Amino acid sequence: MRFIRQVMVITAKDLRAEMRTKEAINASFAFALVVLLILSFAFEPTEDTTREISGGLLWIVFLFAGTLILNRSFARELPNDCLDALIAAPVPGAALFLGKGLANFVLILAVEIVALPVFGIFYNVRWARQFWALMLVLVLGTWGLTAIGTVFGALTVNIRLREVMLPLLVYPVLIPILLGAMKLSTELVAGQPISGDLLVWLKLLVGFDIIFTALSLVLMDTVLLG
Amino acid sequence: MRQKAMFAMLALAMVLLVRNLYTISMLPDEVNQGQIFRIIFFHLPAAIAAMLGSAVALVASVLFLVKKNFQYDALAVAVTEVGLAFLAVNLVTGSIWARVIWGVWWAWDPRLTSALICWILYAGYLILRQALEEPTQRATFAAVYSIFAFTDVPIVYFSIRWWRTIHPQPVFFSKGGSFPPDWSRALLVNLVAIFLLYTVLTMIRLRQEQTQREIDYLRRTVHAT
Repeated sequence: MRFIRQVMVITAKDLRAEMRTKEAINASFAFALVVLLILSFAFEPTEDTTREISGGLLWIVFLFAGTLILNRSFARELPNDCLDALIAAPVPGAALFLGKGLANFVLILAVEIVALPVFGIFYNVRWARQFWALMLVLVLGTWGLTAIGTVFGALTVNIRLREVMLPLLVYPVLIPILLGAMKLSTELVAGQPISGDLLVWLKLLVGFDIIFTALSLVLMDTVLLG
Repeated sequence: MRQKAMFAMLALAMVLLVRNLYTISMLPDEVNQGQIFRIIFFHLPAAIAAMLGSAVALVASVLFLVKKNFQYDALAVAVTEVGLAFLAVNLVTGSIWARVIWGVWWAWDPRLTSALICWILYAGYLILRQALEEPTQRATFAAVYSIFAFTDVPIVYFSIRWWRTIHPQPVFFSKGGSFPPDWSRALLVNLVAIFLLYTVLTMIRLRQEQTQREIDYLRRTVHAT
């Protein structure tokens, strides 16, 4: 119970700070728009081509936009030595990870849910035909991104080239999750239900979410104190 | 003593490799693939060596986190760096083989892709180390990253069985393998030779790390006085 309260306090703190400044979420959403715009030059956005690559397109946008939020998560704690205070606080590393992770998760998911209809309008796609299944994939994929991103955010916060190092380390480790999320999203946006071969990808997604979360919970203390 | 053992292993590896080169060149061409099939005698051992290396790197990283002994950190870097070179050998030989048999240098097949992912992951490990200056922090963060990176290695191993892939199915250590006995023997000799080479290179790299730490220590002592 105590643990859950600690997690909630940290999540609430992060979300409140973000709601008052809106620095990360505004930048992230604007960036998502820019990437969506640029990608429309990469190919002729006709219905057929878009249907084939919609999953990849969406997740590239989510990944780029998400990285901005993840970069801010720990960097925000640097001024006034807030990070040292957080580490010194009587809160286990696992609670800090979950608290920060949940806040990041909510913010990234919010950007994604706003970006989806924009994608639908720009690329002329009826994306909501498998709405709830797509939401499930979005939640699973985003949690994977958040788990890895939060731990690696703590890992890279004191490095000189922080903004570059985070994506450089996160993207390759995240590939199994991205692969599953992209495949599933493409089919779901095209209106196909999850069945048969697609179930394997869903299992992969769930499996890696569990592995990454477990590793993060165990290793967060080491990262913070190391 | 250690140096002598190192030189002996290196000499043995070289003798085995050169001798085996002759044996392999004397083997008859494979029915479907012709000349090029011989690349497997280097392609496969390099892959196995690199994969074992990643396992050693994982164990060394975990041991460092538990015991905080810098010997393990040195072992993790050494084994990862050499493993990266061997994985590069694996990717390059595979690419040459693919050009001849498939007609393309590269195909986005699960097996190939996941091997490339591993290469990029462990390259990321070295880049992360370079970006961190404080030794304890560098060793700790690198160890944590190595543990995360290792989660992708089983995927490389199993991708060939899980997903439909155009990569040839395993012919060695598996039922239904079609490798004649004298080919298997040649492969085994190469495997031993390449393992020896891997070990020697790791030992050399390990010594460099230790010397580096000693130099750092001496420099700090000089500055302190």
